[in-house]
Amino acid sequence: MPPTGTIFDIKKYAIHDGPGIRTTVFFKGCPLDCWWCHNPESRHTGVERIEVRSRIHGADREIVKEEIIGREVTIKEVMTEVLKDVIFYDQSGGGVTFSGGEPLHQIDFLTALLQACKDHHIHTAVDTSGCAPPEDFARINGLVDLYLYDLKLMDEQIHVKLTGASNQLILENLSILAQHDLDIQVRVPLIPGITDTEENLDAILAYLDRLNKVNEVCLLPYNVLGENKRRKFNLPQRLEPRQTQSKDMLEVCAGRFRARGYLVHVGG
Amino acid sequence: MNERIQRLRQQSLEAHPCLSLERARLLTEFYRSGKAERVSIPVARARAFAYLLEHKKICINAGELIVGERGPAPKATPTYPEICTHTLDDFQILDSREKISFTVDEQTRNMQRDIIIPFWSGRSLRDRIFAEVDAEWRAAYEAGVFTEFQEQRAPGHTVLDDKIYHKGFLDFIDEINVSIRKLDFYGDDQAPAKRQQLQAMIVAAFALINYAGRFARRLTELAAGEKDATRKTELLQMAAICAQIPAYAPETFWEALQYYWFVHLGVITELNTWDSFNPGRLDQHLLPFYRRGLADGTLTEERTRELLQAFWIKFNNQPAPPKVGVTAQESNTYTDFCLINLGGVDEHGADAANELTYLLLDVIEEMRLLQPSSMVQISKKSPDRLLHRALNIIRTGYGQPSLFNTDAIIQELVRQGKSITDARNGGASGCVETGAFGKESYILTGYFNLTKVLEITLHNGVDPRTGKKIGLETGNPVEFQMFDDLYAAFERQLRHFIDIKIKGNRIIERLWAEYLPAPFLSLLIDDCIAHGRDYNDGGARYNTSYIQGVGLGSITDSLTAIKYHVFDRRNLTMAELLETLDTDFKGFDKSRQMFVEETPKYGNDDDYPDEILRRVFESFFKAVDGRPNTKGGHFRINLLPTTSHVYFGSVVGAMPDGRHAGQPLSEGISPVQGADRRGPTAVLKSAAKIDHLRTGGTLLNQKFTPQILDSRDGIEKLGHLVRAYFKMDGHHIQFNVVTAETLRKAQQHPAQYRDLIVRVAGYSDYFVDLGADLQNEIIRRTEQGLE
Repeated sequence: MPPTGTIFDIKKYAIHDGPGIRTTVFFKGCPLDCWWCHNPESRHTGVERIEVRSRIHGADREIVKEEIIGREVTIKEVMTEVLKDVIFYDQSGGGVTFSGGEPLHQIDFLTALLQACKDHHIHTAVDTSGCAPPEDFARINGLVDLYLYDLKLMDEQIHVKLTGASNQLILENLSILAQHDLDIQVRVPLIPGITDTEENLDAILAYLDRLNKVNEVCLLPYNVLGENKRRKFNLPQRLEPRQTQSKDMLEVCAGRFRARGYLVHVGG
Repeated sequence: MNERIQRLRQQSLEAHPCLSLERARLLTEFYRSGKAERVSIPVARARAFAYLLEHKKICINAGELIVGERGPAPKATPTYPEICTHTLDDFQILDSREKISFTVDEQTRNMQRDIIIPFWSGRSLRDRIFAEVDAEWRAAYEAGVFTEFQEQRAPGHTVLDDKIYHKGFLDFIDEINVSIRKLDFYGDDQAPAKRQQLQAMIVAAFALINYAGRFARRLTELAAGEKDATRKTELLQMAAICAQIPAYAPETFWEALQYYWFVHLGVITELNTWDSFNPGRLDQHLLPFYRRGLADGTLTEERTRELLQAFWIKFNNQPAPPKVGVTAQESNTYTDFCLINLGGVDEHGADAANELTYLLLDVIEEMRLLQPSSMVQISKKSPDRLLHRALNIIRTGYGQPSLFNTDAIIQELVRQGKSITDARNGGASGCVETGAFGKESYILTGYFNLTKVLEITLHNGVDPRTGKKIGLETGNPVEFQMFDDLYAAFERQLRHFIDIKIKGNRIIERLWAEYLPAPFLSLLIDDCIAHGRDYNDGGARYNTSYIQGVGLGSITDSLTAIKYHVFDRRNLTMAELLETLDTDFKGFDKSRQMFVEETPKYGNDDDYPDEILRRVFESFFKAVDGRPNTKGGHFRINLLPTTSHVYFGSVVGAMPDGRHAGQPLSEGISPVQGADRRGPTAVLKSAAKIDHLRTGGTLLNQKFTPQILDSRDGIEKLGHLVRAYFKMDGHHIQFNVVTAETLRKAQQHPAQYRDLIVRVAGYSDYFVDLGADLQNEIIRRTEQGLE
């Protein structure tokens, strides 16, 4: 019996999750609990029911609707959707990105999906927090064309406080991956005043320099959508609302990495 | 753009369209003089044309480089009483309607009442058409099953090839004389009629030469009185040009443009042809003049730009002739659909993009005028540079240029029997219509309301809006056991109304051929001269009559909802369905919700609805394609709406896709507004499930906000999206880059904008799914982005 898994979305024409036109499969379940999480629907493993409150334009009353978040799917169901857009992947040098949540959190399901993509000659990317057992990475390395690897905070204590876990495992996994012949793009979510500080970015740079393997970095400007979504999911607002970075600020951040010879994308 | 162009452009933008009766008055004078009665109809038409060009006011605006207006001033728009004699009520409506109005002054109204109406009433072609068509046709027309393109505008729908850049009108006259000499009065019973047609063409050819001569004289006079030395020289140069062309072939870039413009004015003065007229593959035709001019030093890039900009303004000065009634509703716009084609392939099949293509794209981007429209043909051989340049203009939110698939166009033309060379030299005109430029008369004959046919089928032949029985009794739907029973009934009903439409078209085609030949247009389209036959009578090398299907998304989703809920899931009975529709869902909110939210919809790459899409396409195709018209050609289909989906929606009651009575239908082959929820790749996959290559054009619109396209990466990926659609034989795609105003509407009416994708920081999402504060932020950003 091939494994099933829980996902919360399959997004087509995903143009910010790796090269070309892609389909992104969002896995449900994540070991981290980032205060700024912009995909709160990915937090918990398994299908959830939530109450959504909305106001119809111009009306006084609030409408409460139950929404089911996530669905359990088979490999075949996911691949049916994925295969529909092969012509777009072929044309654009795109493929499939497994994101989440943390895709490695459902390792059997992920491995089977990656294998199915490889059987169809589809380019694969895995967007990971890095927070997974090293042996799980070892299982999929041969099936992954590109890792989109998140680095958030280099200070371990702050990392524990704001994401609920240490960054040790994340950094170890990345150094192991760096020893293999794998394409890795490091992604840094820029959370104003938290991850976009000079100190943190310099620490990330120093770490990447030591790895001497990663040469592509993607800076993700702060996404106010997360605040919205957290409200919808009735999750605690642990961060003060903040604005996305200005163009100038983004340029300063990008310039730091460029100056050291990294290829930088801003905004995925 | 320089100061001169800025001024002319501003003048064009500020001129409000008004009606001018100059043409109507001159035409009436000519026909009242009795001169027409002594000669054949074609010769009379040609002499009338000559009379118009001999007496119409010569308009030369200050600082102009290209001269000639259709009316006495920019945007002064003539009427064509021999085709459609406007009533005083029509004038009142034209003058006062909120959209697409034309100013009508008192003098104009009086002249219409005292001179034009008394002479033309009962003689106009429109009057003849409505007298000739039968009751069945009239009932279907009045019910809004179809529209009729030729009831107040002439069958134009053609585009010029490269012939005028090699030949002068004196050459055409030589060719006509050869044709006359070759006439076989012993073997060909048509020889006398052909001689009349050919003689008419000679009259029309001399008329244009003489018209240019009037400009040459006037320009010389102006030069004599001109104090500014630079302008004086310019005026003398222009006078020399008008003395040279169109009698002789053009030698310079400037002459080529002025020559085309006189030809254009000739065509749109002779008749109010649909889709105006159009130089077609401008970057191909003008290239030799451009290169030669640069090489011999008579031209600079800057001067070329200025001349092209001046040329652009001339198009914008000619709004589409005033339309009334159903015709105004189906095409409610000032745009007259001159669609400049760029890119594509040459006659050997090689990529045709060149340095002038890019220069013309600069002009399009800078001018930002309503007219002319522009498009870029993308073949598999076209460089990405061309596609990306076009997308970079599209992203500015101007709606132009649209993108066409050259490889599909060529296959469409070849399937219809055109030679590969004629196909490669062709393109698209009007909205999206495929044509062999310079060789084909491809007439749009009317929009066809597919959804209305389903409504009539669901009422066993009766139009529920009026209670009149206008269709076949195809069975009481309550008694249908299977979806296939309903579909068979729909297909019979469809065939029935197509039969009525085709019968009417044949009658109307003959009226045009007999009463309103077009000797001037016939000069320009092969092989009218060689055949000695008029353009309106099958003189062209290829003669195609189109019926344009409208509302493919609406009909697909409606049939799908019936199959899904009534026959497959049995969520409600046919009788219950009919009740919900007949009450416009009043008291049936839940059912409507089910139709909207819980039904497979076209546009999501879902085979359930898309199979029905294919079936409808095949039924429509089978009913129309290959049936002979009266000009030696055939009926074909294409799928586009202009604005008819709004009119057609207004005459159709509630439908099982959840659409309320009177609301617009879906447009072109685009999904029903808001029904596509799986992103653009799914829309393109669904749209490619019909066989575009068996149509003469399909129209697909996609909405994006500018942020999606704000980076090189975004443009490249959109380029890939286009290429993939074209790989699947998609015919045309247009990206509607939305404005902040649209976003505000989407905030208020989210149901209609569910397909609207916006860029949110690092990624994209459906606009209506965003929280209000984020929506507001995107609106603000969009406004800034468009500055």
